[in-house]
Order: sequence, then C-alpha cells, then structure tokens
Amino acid sequence: MRTTGLLLVAMLIGVSGFAQSAGAIVPSPGIDLSGNWAPAVHEDQPERGPGPELVDFLGLPITEGARQFALSWDASRLTLPEHQCRVHVVSYIYRGPLNLRIWEEKDPQSQRLIAIRQYISTYEQWRTIWMDDRPHPPENAPHTFMGFSTGKWEGDILTVYTTHIKQGWIRRNGLPQSDKAVLTEHYMRHGTYLTHVAAINDPVYLTEPLIKTQTFRLQVQAGQNWLYPCDPVVEVDRAADDVPNYLPGENPFLHEFADKYHIPLDAALGGAETMYPEYQTKLKNAAKK
Amino acid sequence: MRMTILNCGAIVVVGMLGAIPVVCARQNPGRVHQDLSVLPVQGNLYMISGAGGNIAVQVGSMGVAIVDTGNGTMSDEVMAAIRKLSDKPLQYIINTHYDPDHTGGNESIRKAGVTITGANVTGNISDARDGAQVIAHDNVLNRMSAPTGIQPPEPAGAWPTQTFLKGKKDLYFNDEAIETIYQPAAATDGDSLVFFRHSDVLVAGDVFLTTSYPLIDVEKGGTVQGTINALNRILEIAVPKHEEEGGTYIIPGHGRICDEFDVLEYRDMVVIVRDRVKAAVRKGMTLEQVKAAHLTRDYDARYDAKSALGSADKFIEAVYQSLSPQKK
Repeated sequence: MRTTGLLLVAMLIGVSGFAQSAGAIVPSPGIDLSGNWAPAVHEDQPERGPGPELVDFLGLPITEGARQFALSWDASRLTLPEHQCRVHVVSYIYRGPLNLRIWEEKDPQSQRLIAIRQYISTYEQWRTIWMDDRPHPPENAPHTFMGFSTGKWEGDILTVYTTHIKQGWIRRNGLPQSDKAVLTEHYMRHGTYLTHVAAINDPVYLTEPLIKTQTFRLQVQAGQNWLYPCDPVVEVDRAADDVPNYLPGENPFLHEFADKYHIPLDAALGGAETMYPEYQTKLKNAAKK
Repeated sequence: MRMTILNCGAIVVVGMLGAIPVVCARQNPGRVHQDLSVLPVQGNLYMISGAGGNIAVQVGSMGVAIVDTGNGTMSDEVMAAIRKLSDKPLQYIINTHYDPDHTGGNESIRKAGVTITGANVTGNISDARDGAQVIAHDNVLNRMSAPTGIQPPEPAGAWPTQTFLKGKKDLYFNDEAIETIYQPAAATDGDSLVFFRHSDVLVAGDVFLTTSYPLIDVEKGGTVQGTINALNRILEIAVPKHEEEGGTYIIPGHGRICDEFDVLEYRDMVVIVRDRVKAAVRKGMTLEQVKAAHLTRDYDARYDAKSALGSADKFIEAVYQSLSPQKK
C-alpha cells in the first residue's frame, strides 16, 4: 500500500511537471469573452443616447463637493478646444453607444493568458487587462482615460481592478469623477450575452460606491467597430482665461429637471440617501406636512 | 520600449503597449519615509520624486542636465539615482523657481557636476570646470543672494551661475533644444517652464502640481493671473497624441506625471475659483467672509493640503490678495 501511494504521488508530480513543460496544453482558467459585442441599450436610455438632463443627480451617492462642481459646470465648457476631444473614462464608457471587441493575448510558447484586450469603438479606445499578475504602476505614473487594469478569473467571472484613471465624469451633466477613483468590474458571459458590472469608488466625489450594470449581445457581423477622428477647432473666440462656469447660486437650470418631472429639488440634487427606497417614504412624509 | 530601474538597480525593458512605465523605488535605510522613486517619462527624460519638489533628469551622449535639485536633504541619494541613469558628467542644473524644496540641493549637487566650456576657454580659466552651471531667471538669483555686506538667504555655492532677464533662455544639449521660458508673476516672480523639445516633455515647477492647490506666494511676487497665464502657456505648448491623451508629458512641481488634459482640468479649477473670488470682491466681501463662503468646496477633497501654501485657506487668501492688493 505504501509503495502504491508513493507511486501515485510520483505519477501526480510527473503529470504536474509535464503540464508545465513546453508544448503542453494550458487551458484558459476562465471562459472566453472574445468576440464583437454590442450594447443592449434597454436601461437608462436617455442618458445613453441624447444625454442626461441638467441638474439630474437623482440616485447618485455624490458628495457636496461633487454637487457644487456640477452646479458650476456650464456645457459651453465643451466648446473649449482642449475639451472638444476629451473622451469618456473607463468607468463611464460602457454606458455609451459603443461596440466592444474583445480578444485574448497569449504567450506564443506556453499559451498562457497574458492579457485580455478590448477595442471600444466610441473614441477609438484601446484597453488592456493584464492577466499575468503584474503589479500596478507607482502612484506618480501617468493616468489615462482607460487606466491600468489587472484581472483574475473567479470561477467563470472575470474580475478586473483598475487604477490610474484620469479625471472624468460619473454623469455627463457635469458630475465629476476624480483621478483618485478606482474601478472594480465583473464580466459574466451567458452564451451570447455578456453582463458587465462596474463599481466605482471615488474618495473625492462619492460617499458610497456607485454600481452600474450593462448588457451586451454578441454580434456575428464583422466591421461593427468604427473610427473616431477628432480635430479640435476654435468654435468660440474667447480670452485664454475664460472657462465657462456658473457662479455659486447662479445656475439657470437648477430647477429645470425637478420642475419638469414634478419632483422635489432636494431629490434632484442627489446624494446617497436618494438611492434607497426609504427615501420615497421620507418624501411622502414631507409632502404630508 | 522603455528602461526603468528597480530596487535592485537592475535595468529592465518594459513593453509600452497599454502599459504605464514601471517603477523604481529605491530604499534608503536611513530615511525609509522618504524613498526616492525614479520614473521614465519620455525620450531622454526621467522624473525623480521623494526629495522635495520633483527633479527632472535629461540624459544623453553629452552628459546630464537636471531641472531642480530637491530640498537638499537627500542630495547624495539623488546623485546616486542620477548615476544609475548615466555615468556622463552633470553639466546643467536649471531652476524652475526659488523655493528651497526645489533649489535646496543646488550647492551639493552642483559640486558633483562640471562645467565644460568650449575650446580654449576651459584651458585658460582654472575654475571654469568647478561644478555644473546653474541656470535660472534673474529673480531667482535675487531671492537667493543679497547685496554685499548682508547675509544672503542661501550660500553663494547654491546661486544660479547663469541668469536671464526676460523671454526665454535657449540651450541645446544632448541633441535637443531646451527652452527655459520665464512666466512672470506666477507662483513667484521667478518661475520658468522648461521644455525639452525633442523628448516632448515640459517641466512645470510649482505653477502646476497634482498634490495641492497652487502654491501662489504673493509675498514673493506671485499672482493668480500669472499662474493662470503660466498654465495656459503649458496648454499652448502641449500637444496631445490622441483624444486629449499622451503626446507632450508634463512633470509637475509635485505629484505625478501628467499630460495636457490633466493641466486643463487644473487650469479650469484655478480660473473658476478666481472667478468666484473676483465676484465676491466685487460684492465687497472681506477675506474672512470669502473664506467662510466655501468657494473651493468642490475641489477641497482633492487639492486642499490643509496647511501652509497649498491649503484651501492660503489659496483663497492668495487669490483674494492678487485681485485686491489693497485689502491684504
């Protein structure tokens, strides 16, 4: 029995050694996400197409600072040449009208997975999710709109952690996301559907994590990914130190969204409280008084 | 492909596609809380941080040029880090401005360098090779020195050896043009941007930083409008590679490596705060009233250094004094 046991151990070691040698088949630890994916824009459509209403911060866990930033934001700022070609940050782009191409990069010798790459057609953004356990860069390294991402398989779920993201927005009506934000994502494939869950933690502008989900469908047609050339021009002749903004208390659109949908201004101005069902009770009680 | 230096001092080549340059965190057993980090920026440029203000290092076949020298407490470590990048002679030090956290290492680091003048000059002047040249705007020299008979704030060995009065000072070194561009009345009265044209890297000094509000020192001739002008000058020079990203890289006075978009958001912040304070001044508000109005609430969680220059209070104070000098 003892001899048999040792033999079994020796065989297992041998198998393990063989599996690590060149030429062995190394299966991917997760599932394959490769393909061309298109978003199913079945939720929050107004925000994903024409854009969100001004001063609609409802249901977002923003800080007072974020609120003041957004109330100061004038959409004319986007006419400044340096703002014209700004793109969505990684934590926002998946809500855009994008086509998403995903493919794997493997070590040619060992066939181990090095990275999962993405091409996001809106704004021609390229993204790399490193799967080889490399560390994130030091704090003083450059930040990019896509950030620096590392991933790991948790069963059939790809979990991705991203740092070094440039300042962007959590909603494109002026609500900011700081360059201190980090993003955690989960990719779950169900046949021809892909569920994407994104949790944003921003110590500067969010009081709680902001979690969003998106659904993508696999596309069988090729050529669904487009280009996005952007060439800024002077659209409005301004002084160099003119940055469109509203002074505190002077945003002319403060009540527009709240009045249009007959909701209290306090609710429109958002905050973590407005995310939860209990807030409806609070509003009803306030209305009774 | 880029090179970077790791803890062990080994040189590693890092692929660029999708990657951000990797690291070098050098341990200093005596001052573990002040580790230096060395990051490749682009072209011939590296950034050393952790010794006060950021230090830019240009290396090439002719030698080494650096921008700023840190606070002087880690000069040996800074020189050791430079020596890992190049064994060529340190020939030029350029100061972006006067502050001691950027010029504190001038004297000691300068001594480790050498001035190589052309042709017969070196042979005829015995001390011409004594230390690297130190280039700065004339106001930097004025701030560091003093008239004969008066104790200067800094020792003579730390002073600029070559100054300019206005416009820019041109230099061609290591096969690239280096422009030292004066920015009047910005954070101080002696600020310069240093632009390495071939590497496409601009060193901003303290007119731009990612760690706090602008360090506008009104007592030393700084103004908010000059700071905005300097930030706009950076935006004029910088060219992004693709969709407002990459291209020209900017080394801030403190903090991380940036590009045009990062400067843009910072410029917008300074302009917006200036506009708010200007409106408050027009209403006749006192400095204390302006401070109490929380006009920087939207940026405090990101930029308020809490104390000294760079804090929200000091920033508001500097903007207020810049806009209404009679109300100091």
